[in-house]
Amino acid sequence: MKRLTNKQIQHLYWRAGFGISYQELETVNTLSKDQIVDQLFENHTAIAPLQMDFGALLKNPRELSKEERRKLRQLRNTKMTELNLLWLNQLISTENMLREKMTLFFHDHFAVRLRTPRACIHLNNVIRKNALENFGDMLMEVSKSPAMLIFLNNRQNRKDHPNENFAREVMELFTLGRDNGYTENDIKEAARAFTGWNFTKMGSFVFRSAHHDYGSKTILEKTGNFTGEDVIRILLEEKQTARYICQKLYQYFVNDTIVDVHVEKLTEVLYNSNYDLSAVMKSLLKSNWFYKPVNIGSKIKSPIELIVGLSRPFKVTYENPKVLLYLQKKLNQMLFFPPNVAGWPGGKAWIDNSTLMLRLKLPSLTLNIGVIEWDETPSENTMMKQQLYQKMKTKLQKKVKATPNWNSFLTIAKQKNKTELIDYLIQPELSPAAQTSILDLSEDHLKNYVTAVLSLPEYQLC
Amino acid sequence: MKRRDFLRQSVFASGMTLIPSFLKGMEFLSPEQLSGYKNVIIIQLSGGNDGLNTIIPVSNDIYHRLRPSIAKKANETLSITNDLAFNSSLKPIKELYDLGEVSIINNVGYPNPNRSHFRSTDIWQTASDTNQYLSTGWVGRYLDANCQHPYEAIEVDSALSLALKGNDKNGIAVSDPKQLHRTTREPFFKNVITHVDQNMLNEDNQGYLYKTMLETYSSASYIHNTSKIYTTQNQYPQTPFARNLKTIADFIVSGLKTRVYYSSLSGFDSHVNQLNSQDRLLKVYADGIHALVKDLKKNDRFKDTLILTFSEFGRRVQQNGSRGTDHGAANNVLLIGGSLKKPGVYNELPNLSDLDNNGDIKYTIDFRSVYATILDNWLEVNDHKVLNKAFTKLNFV
Repeated sequence: MKRLTNKQIQHLYWRAGFGISYQELETVNTLSKDQIVDQLFENHTAIAPLQMDFGALLKNPRELSKEERRKLRQLRNTKMTELNLLWLNQLISTENMLREKMTLFFHDHFAVRLRTPRACIHLNNVIRKNALENFGDMLMEVSKSPAMLIFLNNRQNRKDHPNENFAREVMELFTLGRDNGYTENDIKEAARAFTGWNFTKMGSFVFRSAHHDYGSKTILEKTGNFTGEDVIRILLEEKQTARYICQKLYQYFVNDTIVDVHVEKLTEVLYNSNYDLSAVMKSLLKSNWFYKPVNIGSKIKSPIELIVGLSRPFKVTYENPKVLLYLQKKLNQMLFFPPNVAGWPGGKAWIDNSTLMLRLKLPSLTLNIGVIEWDETPSENTMMKQQLYQKMKTKLQKKVKATPNWNSFLTIAKQKNKTELIDYLIQPELSPAAQTSILDLSEDHLKNYVTAVLSLPEYQLC
Repeated sequence: MKRRDFLRQSVFASGMTLIPSFLKGMEFLSPEQLSGYKNVIIIQLSGGNDGLNTIIPVSNDIYHRLRPSIAKKANETLSITNDLAFNSSLKPIKELYDLGEVSIINNVGYPNPNRSHFRSTDIWQTASDTNQYLSTGWVGRYLDANCQHPYEAIEVDSALSLALKGNDKNGIAVSDPKQLHRTTREPFFKNVITHVDQNMLNEDNQGYLYKTMLETYSSASYIHNTSKIYTTQNQYPQTPFARNLKTIADFIVSGLKTRVYYSSLSGFDSHVNQLNSQDRLLKVYADGIHALVKDLKKNDRFKDTLILTFSEFGRRVQQNGSRGTDHGAANNVLLIGGSLKKPGVYNELPNLSDLDNNGDIKYTIDFRSVYATILDNWLEVNDHKVLNKAFTKLNFV
């Protein structure tokens, strides 16, 4: 049976989730590759939808006074904040790693930016429920969700006054991909087919036949009295849809740079299984190329991967949870607030001078109140600089107020030597600069050592 | 101390020896070079500024009819022509206007306007079509095509806007040069930096992280040390916006090799009781600009400066039910500078009797024509390369 190295197992867990704990690593490294991957799927059949009490938001605004409506708007904003933290905490604590990661992927794919918490939580749960099931079912349910109907204006899409927003994006961003075999005319015709899609006050989908254009439409060279459901069926029949999804999966889970033969292989699996997402993800995670050195440590962690990946092994608690919102905002990835319908650009776009410096500072801020004690026998000069620097507590240091649980981490880390620790903490090969920088550090002061290693640019990669 | 002596001293005092030599890129502009070094300051009024109550069509009946409770009466405004007037908060801008240092371009927008703040901001910042999603900004692509160093485009803010993100170069975000410098002084990071060599800076993501880290270090040092050369003694208003403009003035007069500065003033989303909020914000804007221009004039740099002010969209002509206005489309942009070719009212006023289906002003000038003109006529670079398309040039500079 093919065995994976520890590094390869960590790779799997970083990509399919947010890293692996030492304990778990030592449990699974006795298994074969296929067993480990299968276990990821078996463990993750349970689905934990996000749940929130919406209270007054369930009231009909028309029955409220002006003052009550104003309060309602405030409540909506508060609830969006709560929702953001609810999910982030679920990501930090979940045992359902793969399903949550897939949900994060499709949260980005079906990017919706709204200030209506009920619609947002509903969409998020729709995505989670379908994230390892059938892509076609997910696409249909997402398209009919209040969030999508609001965000891409399908409610305003009516016979005689078509609104093309959803029809365009469903082709450009959700299925075929930009400029991949559809025309402006296909968009116009598809928009007519989606007319009449709406939802009730209680948030259930409704087809308003009076607003629907029953005429004949021609979409992707097929002609008929198509409805919205027909358009989605037609789009799923196109192999390009499977290919586009697989390209995105590949870039998200494997490497920013696409290798066509690998994507073609995945496309076959997804298309031939009638869009079974578990099938395609199993094929991806069990492939040999997934574990090649070129893919390990090659991706820049998204801000959410960084925050969650740091919080999990150290079981960090945040005295003021709002700091998690602040960090998401400053690092340019706020859950439920993608920049636009195209989602987060990702990759190198995460990095600019201000985000990078904050990212590098984040491990020490979270684990060691902002201090990196890297040099244990510093020259007088360095010591002075260090002390001076540490005196200048930044606003951020005062703000983060995180409490890590070092003890549980250190108990195991103590049994490891330097090389083993680095291998566990850092996915890519250390650069010469990084190697030299931590060369003189002794592992006697484990806490300092670990904080320094996590402050290397290499920790930004997975 | 003479400027040049200061330069020489600060190079040695800066600790720059820690930065690998190939990245030092310490380039100052000598006083001779400084003259004629053109720069552009871009200011976004975020939230969608109501252009019609900024530059006001005072004699237009439709304007008064559609805005019964928020239209400005002629006697509340600062007259430009019989038909047009400045909002009275813009007195300092009116003074510049009278000196021939302001050009008002009307009806600037783009086809199929998007009325979402985020989307329309993206469109303005990336210079994309309305249904095109770009992940690089137009200033970022300017950097890619024409510049060596990230600090050649600086956003005076704590985070970098999409506008300044390029494919392989990003501009630098700095709100306080001291603060930026300090975040790079963490001894551990500094130690890592000293061990970096050029072979590590390849095209993969790890190389990119190190490259950005080094560039941040070298830019932070450069900006910190160079901007010490000049600190204005002029009075600026006590607003965060004016403070940012003061930082820009310090940079420009100090001789930073920066061609593009970016900053923003937010809060213009005036759906409710617009008169108070907008007038107050326009005053913040005008007073800040007034101080900036005065400072630049004193140092003979105004003739090389062009200030572009825009907003992601204008607002609906008709007022809404809460004495405010909803999101609109085309809008006016202001150009302020010491070398304008065509000061005054650049083009025709908005046609309020020919609005689009939403009741918004139709555009007659694509905003990318404004960018193309700045790139080509002012910064003297290839605009086509940056905007990926040819746009008709205007002749304001």
